[in-house]
Amino acid sequence: MAVMTYADAAKTTLAEEMRRDPLVWCLGEDLGRGGVFGQYKGLPEEFGPQRISDAPISEAAILGAAVGAAMTGTRPVVEMRFADFALCAVDELVNQAAKARYMFGGQTKVPLVVREPMGMWRSSAAQHSQSLESWYTHIPGLVVVCPATPHDNRGLLKTAIRSDDPVVYMEHKNLWALEGEVPDGDPIPFGVARIARAGTDVTIVSWSATVHAATEAAESLASEGIEAEVIDLRTLWPWDKRAVFASVEKTGRLIVAHESVQVGGFGAEVAATVADALFGKLKAPVKRLGSPRVPIAYAPPLEDMLRVTPAKIAEMARTLVQQ
Amino acid sequence: MVPPTDSKANDAEQSIGNVQLDVHLRIRRIGYIDATGKVHGALPEFADTQELIRLYRAMVLTRVFDEKAIALQRTGRLGTYASSLGQEATPVGVAAAMRSDDVLLPSFREHGAQLWRGVSTEELLLFWGGDERGNDFKGPREDFPVSVPVASHAPHAVGVALAMRLRGEDRAAVCVFGDGATSKGDFYEAINLAGVWRLPVVFVATNNQWAISVPRSAQTAAETLAQKAIAAGVEGVLVDGNDVVSVRAAVETALAKARAGDGPTLIEAETYRLGDHTTADDASRYRDDAEVSAHWKSEPLSRLRQYLTDQGAWDHDDEEALLADCAAQMEVATEAYLAAGPWSPEAIFTHLYATLPADYRDQLAALKREMIND
Ligand SMILES: Cc1ncc(C[n+]2csc(CCOP(=O)(O)OP(=O)(O)O)c2C)c(N)n1
Ligand SMILES: [Mg+2]
Repeated sequence: MAVMTYADAAKTTLAEEMRRDPLVWCLGEDLGRGGVFGQYKGLPEEFGPQRISDAPISEAAILGAAVGAAMTGTRPVVEMRFADFALCAVDELVNQAAKARYMFGGQTKVPLVVREPMGMWRSSAAQHSQSLESWYTHIPGLVVVCPATPHDNRGLLKTAIRSDDPVVYMEHKNLWALEGEVPDGDPIPFGVARIARAGTDVTIVSWSATVHAATEAAESLASEGIEAEVIDLRTLWPWDKRAVFASVEKTGRLIVAHESVQVGGFGAEVAATVADALFGKLKAPVKRLGSPRVPIAYAPPLEDMLRVTPAKIAEMARTLVQQ
Repeated sequence: MVPPTDSKANDAEQSIGNVQLDVHLRIRRIGYIDATGKVHGALPEFADTQELIRLYRAMVLTRVFDEKAIALQRTGRLGTYASSLGQEATPVGVAAAMRSDDVLLPSFREHGAQLWRGVSTEELLLFWGGDERGNDFKGPREDFPVSVPVASHAPHAVGVALAMRLRGEDRAAVCVFGDGATSKGDFYEAINLAGVWRLPVVFVATNNQWAISVPRSAQTAAETLAQKAIAAGVEGVLVDGNDVVSVRAAVETALAKARAGDGPTLIEAETYRLGDHTTADDASRYRDDAEVSAHWKSEPLSRLRQYLTDQGAWDHDDEEALLADCAAQMEVATEAYLAAGPWSPEAIFTHLYATLPADYRDQLAALKREMIND
């Protein structure tokens, strides 16, 4: 079985899809030298400057052009380098890509992947660290993907590239170097969660890098006799309600943990949905854990303070189980 | 629709069919002291020996600051750092042309300008060390902090100039950004707005030939960046960005024009990024060493030193003394910076709103409890 980094897993899929389909192509800044995180390394040499195209610093034009090219039958993969800088172009996603199919009476489609590396990445300060995935879940027409493992980054990117709808594909910067087993390159369907760890006492729902914090928390809880079930949603829209409901029916307790700001985070959607559907089955109040509603600090000690850590998750789980 | 007047009807008649329109395209290029230290034309009035020495000292301090900052980063005592090696003449020339109550909107390679305008070496180190207190300048209170999202400060400069005009002040804004920034919509929209409203703002595009790994030739098909002004009805000026005298002269002229109500100017300062994009970058992966060595021949410090030496105004001892001076200044700043200690966690909350909404008191209390538990 192949062991790959999270970055290489996506690159392998991208290369494979570009070989399979000549209409898959990439555009973004600094792609010519392989991407700022090396996530396109070797691809310029293999596919040339037309398909791995190095753009000027013009995010709005890059994303706008990709929308046009997607509506004209190609499958662009747009690199926004930081989710923060995608904001320069987000009008194209929200007002254009997400609306086009509906507003053209179904005549057109926007098969577009927008890669938006997200999250805290040691001391990158307030404009290079944000997790804005919940914004996109609010926009009808968009698919939102947040892979947590190399295997998922391989399979979900494949589905994203083949998708006929615009996909906001959010890789976590802190996971680029994470190694993991990648048993196959099969597409992973959207809306199917992964049970990262099975358990019976409390359900912890998460996605992206926080899945690893949740799993770590679950390991330490196990040594205290608390068995936590960790669910990695993998895709936030669509999201796997069935898997979450099935788990909470069993445990009666739910924590939703994510790196993004807790207020208005996607955790609120999961919590409200579960509270609504499983009201009678809950043994404790549904809990959320996210960042305080403050900008991400530049200084490492202050940045650390804002992280959702295994210790914070475990502490919350302990309290819930004791209730 | 307004009915055409006679003269307009005439114009319309004349422009029927394929006609040649003479659009006025002219760009001045300003250069006083060349790479060998030779002067072309008479130097501008400000450029007496004493003033040239002041400019030279500021450029040397900028370079020493860069060296020290990189050394601190390499030893884990500073965050990712963007050096201005080889470009010192542009920020120093820009700042020297400004009045103290003008407003500077820098990108992230203008510490030479910030230092000239009274931001302290310690504040700069604090900022680059990951501490936002470094942006709370004791000196130029109204200058903007470093702009991280490329070109995002160009529209702000328009707003700064608008505010100045609204308040009837005799001031101007100066916005500095890179060649890469001129590909952004923000840039085009800002110069267009400033042009049509004839605002007191000067835009300086520091063309250091690179935007991380993207060379100037891949950034735009335009022959110069200065000409991008023309389509906005704004004057575009090209200047030798490695000659501090030329930069200062060009910015002074543009500022005088701005204050006179004659609108904005876009100045392209031609220079070269001799270093890596930042300490997180390794330019040798995408850039030829030969190209870099060739550009060392036209860097800004040696030409002015040469000129001053030729004038008998500078010698080896002066140089040694200056370097020792700058090094000592950096030692003091570094010590103060390292002794500053981390910012209190409360700061993230207290600097968020004028009055902290009640809900935050709970969030802050929860965080503090966790910190005590950890
Ligand atoms: C909107 C936005 N897009 C991308 C980036 C990433 N980035 C940081 S600096 C830079 C290059 C800027 O080049 P240039 O404007 O020439 O300035 P220089 O670095 O040469 O001083 C890029 C692309 C960013 N900071 N902001
Ligand atoms: Mg540049």
